[in-house]
Amino acid sequence: MNTLVASGLTDFLHDAVEPQVQADAIGLGAVFALMAVGIGLVFGVLRLINFAYGQLIMAGGFALAYASERGWPVLAAIALCVAVVVGLSLAMERIVFRPLRGQSPASMLVATFAVAFLLQSIALIWFGPLGKNAASLVELNQPMSIGSVEVRKIAVVSLVTAAVALALLLLLLNRTSIGLHMRAAALDFPTARLVGVRANAVSAVAVVLAGLLAAIVAVLLTVQFPTVTPTFALNETIIVLAGVVVGGMNRLLPATLGGFAIGYVSGILGGALPTNQSQYLSTFLFLLVIVVLLLRPEGLFTRGGHAVERV
Amino acid sequence: MSADTALAVEGLLVSYGGVPAVRDVSFDVAAGEIVGLIGPNGAGKSTTLHAIVGLVRAQRGEVTLDGRSLRGRSPEAVARAGVALVPEGRRLFAELTVEENLQLGLAARRENGSVRDALAEVFALFPILEDFRKRSAGALSGGQQQQLAIARALVAKPTVLLLDEPSLGLAPTIVDLVFSTLAEIRERGLAILLVEQRAQRTVALADRTHVLANGELRLQLTPQDAGDTDKMIAAYLA
Repeated sequence: MNTLVASGLTDFLHDAVEPQVQADAIGLGAVFALMAVGIGLVFGVLRLINFAYGQLIMAGGFALAYASERGWPVLAAIALCVAVVVGLSLAMERIVFRPLRGQSPASMLVATFAVAFLLQSIALIWFGPLGKNAASLVELNQPMSIGSVEVRKIAVVSLVTAAVALALLLLLLNRTSIGLHMRAAALDFPTARLVGVRANAVSAVAVVLAGLLAAIVAVLLTVQFPTVTPTFALNETIIVLAGVVVGGMNRLLPATLGGFAIGYVSGILGGALPTNQSQYLSTFLFLLVIVVLLLRPEGLFTRGGHAVERV
Repeated sequence: MSADTALAVEGLLVSYGGVPAVRDVSFDVAAGEIVGLIGPNGAGKSTTLHAIVGLVRAQRGEVTLDGRSLRGRSPEAVARAGVALVPEGRRLFAELTVEENLQLGLAARRENGSVRDALAEVFALFPILEDFRKRSAGALSGGQQQQLAIARALVAKPTVLLLDEPSLGLAPTIVDLVFSTLAEIRERGLAILLVEQRAQRTVALADRTHVLANGELRLQLTPQDAGDTDKMIAAYLA
């Protein structure tokens, strides 16, 4: 028995350190980090966890599929994806989030759940359960050489994209007026309004930024998973939500690190678990989440205890 | 209501869940005057201020700024109209720097000037803030934080300045500084509404002071009454 476990573990570690697996895991971490930022931004400013975030990514995926089916050039496809996701985000903000401003967390939770189910159902009716194919950028799934090592292009693209997006976001938050307003709103919304910060403006900007990130994620995910179904990105969103909670809900940086961490671990497990065990990936992942939360409930990457309402 | 009335409150009624916290409160504040509002805890002083700036909804009554109604406006709209509140407990953004807190105050300003000039004006009033401009607001002492809170309100060049218990928790020397600064600001033509628990000092500083108890205005006092404590105690017990 012991030798069985030992050899299983050795095989796992052997696979885990392979460059391809590492690169894929880092790439997945990068994508999950972007999702975490999208969720974290809206939570920070609106105090609302958007459970429909995955559906935004799904909508972007369907937009890409639509463009791909009609043979649109890649840039046009991406433009359509961005337009659809940002448009949908703004509609959500105006119709659902704004009227709920200041309501109880329970109401906001139920509302975003409702929106998530609604969008999923609409997609099911419009596109059917088998989904559509978004094949515009599939060549990014091909390998490339870095030195003596072969990794998939998408892993590198994901990492670079995430790094650039996050750097731009940091610039916006720290160097612009609207960024300052958003940071203040995240710290103390009522007082921010008292000094003249426009609630609707910061709300809309946070939502649009999150939407832009969702569109980017849709593009990156469809490279590896070109079939877009109504449940596209649903699993990933749940995992990222867990990652954000594990990382530290209340601040953007810990939430992003949490997203990256859980993406990375998910990638390692996906790459290194033997194929007959791969259905247990979620099990292992969430077991890890439970253990971490038991040991450090305030979040892995937070400094000191910030009391956060965990819903 | 005289020609240079900046802020007018009339017949204000604010209830929380059916229980009136402020009942039929009316007063006005003219440009270049300080009006005090004193009273015991729970009298409704903060509620009155919150109703003026739109943080709470008044069930009845009118609030006008230079004749224009502020009823129903959001807090940021009231701020951008020229009414600045220095909230109870300062409510600074502790994690942001002194300079960032001041820049936030600029969100409500109505003229577009250079940020540098706007900051220079408040730094002239509160030189200590310039020394600490890059420090995080949370690192300042209580008195410095109060100065920052007032500066943040002033940086937008409001017409009306509301202060909710600015002397709370401050050492006497700092209270002196705050009150003398308010006198200076009064000279610049601002209309100032000062809510305070320190009754004596407020009555001495303000041009007129209203006494609020149980949500109702009971008495009006002038600086001549500052030494007359009996009258004031009677007002509280009434």
